[in-house]
Amino acid sequence: MLEGIMIGLSTAFTLTNLMMVIGGCLIGTFIGMLPGLGPMSIISIMIPVAITIGDPSAALILLAGVYYGAIFGGSTSSILINAPGVASTVATSFDGYPLARAGKAGKALTVAAISSFCGGSIGAILLMIFAPALATVALLFHSSEYFALMVVGLSAIAAFAGTGQVAKAMLMTVLGLIMATVGEGALFNLPRFTMGIMDLQSGFGFITLAMAMFALPEALYLVLDPSRSNTEGGGGEIKDLRITKEEAKEIAPVIGRQSVQGFLIGVLPGAGATIASFLGYAVERNIASKEDQEKFGKGSVKGLAAPEAANNAACTGSFVPLLTLGIPGSGTTAILLGALIALNVNPGPRLMIDQPEIFWAVIISMYIGNLVLLVLNLPLIPYIAKVLAVPRNYLIPFILFFTMMGAYIGQNNATELLLLVGLGICATVLRFADYPLAPLLIGFILGSMLEDNFARSMQLYDGIGFIMERPMTLGLLGIAVILIILPSYRARRARMRARGIADGD
Amino acid sequence: MALDRWIALVILMICMAYGYAAFFTIDAGLPPFMQRNAIWPSTFPKVLTVLAIISSVIIVLGKSKGSEELKDGDIDYTRLTDYKLGQALSLLAMMAIYALMLRPVGFVISTVAFLSISAVILGERKYVYLLPITVLATGIVWYLVQVVLGIYLRPLPYFLGTGG
Repeated sequence: MLEGIMIGLSTAFTLTNLMMVIGGCLIGTFIGMLPGLGPMSIISIMIPVAITIGDPSAALILLAGVYYGAIFGGSTSSILINAPGVASTVATSFDGYPLARAGKAGKALTVAAISSFCGGSIGAILLMIFAPALATVALLFHSSEYFALMVVGLSAIAAFAGTGQVAKAMLMTVLGLIMATVGEGALFNLPRFTMGIMDLQSGFGFITLAMAMFALPEALYLVLDPSRSNTEGGGGEIKDLRITKEEAKEIAPVIGRQSVQGFLIGVLPGAGATIASFLGYAVERNIASKEDQEKFGKGSVKGLAAPEAANNAACTGSFVPLLTLGIPGSGTTAILLGALIALNVNPGPRLMIDQPEIFWAVIISMYIGNLVLLVLNLPLIPYIAKVLAVPRNYLIPFILFFTMMGAYIGQNNATELLLLVGLGICATVLRFADYPLAPLLIGFILGSMLEDNFARSMQLYDGIGFIMERPMTLGLLGIAVILIILPSYRARRARMRARGIADGD
Repeated sequence: MALDRWIALVILMICMAYGYAAFFTIDAGLPPFMQRNAIWPSTFPKVLTVLAIISSVIIVLGKSKGSEELKDGDIDYTRLTDYKLGQALSLLAMMAIYALMLRPVGFVISTVAFLSISAVILGERKYVYLLPITVLATGIVWYLVQVVLGIYLRPLPYFLGTGG
């Protein structure tokens, strides 16, 4: 591991890569602060830029920097204007916004930044320990286990979607997988489901799909409902970024607990930063003393530190399955996986052996990224926050324009833009009806890999027999079935029980 | 029937068409040597068809959420006309027009037009600021994409040369 860290340090500490981290964090913070552009949209927009760089380490460092920056930017807008750009920073606004309203915006931002920094750093240390261990185990996997593992990952995403949402999440995942079968697969060299349209020969572009699923619906929501882009108070003054010794003492144990808990939740596919932040907030409120509990929701520093530490640790945790198994657990890591594949990097257990410089440079860049956010971005926040004063009439056309540019530059094809508009409308309608969209994208990105591994296992074992012949595959598929059935069963039982009580009245 | 079940019904139809192709048409042109394989190009799509049909049927037959369970910040699709629907549709039309115009008219003119007209649709009336800002932004983006990233974007209309 020490050798790996040294490789990582020597790669990350080159001038270009340092610039990438700093630039990525700044761009991420800037754009992440704007309503309507979450980390997924920003990373999708940045992918063509990253691919042009050519060097996979530098590109991935840039994208990871953008990711942290966007999350930090999202927290900032949650605190300052109570407009969380992403679901994972909603819990931040519970206590961050009351603090800002009480004139302590500077203090709130510092607490958030320190908690994020600690959460991210502790997460990175845990990643260093966990990832190599998991990669060693993963080396024993065959294609059939990979297939089963991906099925587990996709089932977990559906299972964690929430009550009443399991079937919807599953349908979206399968729809993503179906979309991935469109076009010419590497395995058969046979165009499938193209309906004779030449532009579909190479399948759907993943950047186009990512933009259509996330950036475009969000922008349309901003247009439909002007109150969503209400950025009043954003241009206000932010003073006094210092926190007292007592406050530091108060938040230290919270950060410690939530970093570990957040990381572990982040490792689970499908759970991610949103669940980590809400759970972190709830746990800390429950274990706090009675008088501290009263303060939660009214501007408690503990209530602010908990979700911030947890969501950053979870973001780092989500890199574990991505870097060791090549399986993304969240929409953002799915987009990063797409970028890695475009850069000719094959994420998985071999990554650590074949391209250790990429693996370790990303981990080291996480430290640097967190440091940059704390040391460089925090003092700059009063100036960066001015971006919130951009009027809606300018903001929305530019968001739409950048969305289109992201799709166009990636493919250099104007038809892709029409596809983007069409898919974007579909995604908006799906969002109206409360269908989760991240599973669709994850299914789409994993689709070809899932089919490849399935086909390879079928060929090796001459049929479906591989499921029975490999106990680990059978076990993993069993877990997948339980993951799908259990939440539905529990929801059904809860419904029955509720009905029983109602009848008794 | 609520929107989510209608959507599930539409997806069910699409999946049936997909399934028809997977089960009946896709293997028609399969060369004989590939027919001996354990896996055909249609195998995986067949599995997906079954899964998709099961999950969409569950949603179609299940209980859907009413609009009263709306989460904070969500849009109530039953009252869509209460929102700025006209603006949203106009902007979508602008995007489609931009997609069709980008090649023939060139990047500069189409982008300036897209940004300015979209801002006007949203209610911007300070034309004195609008035009310089959009021209400047278009110029910067063109420079970044063409010169810094090295990705070709034809700046001028087709009859004025390639501009590269």
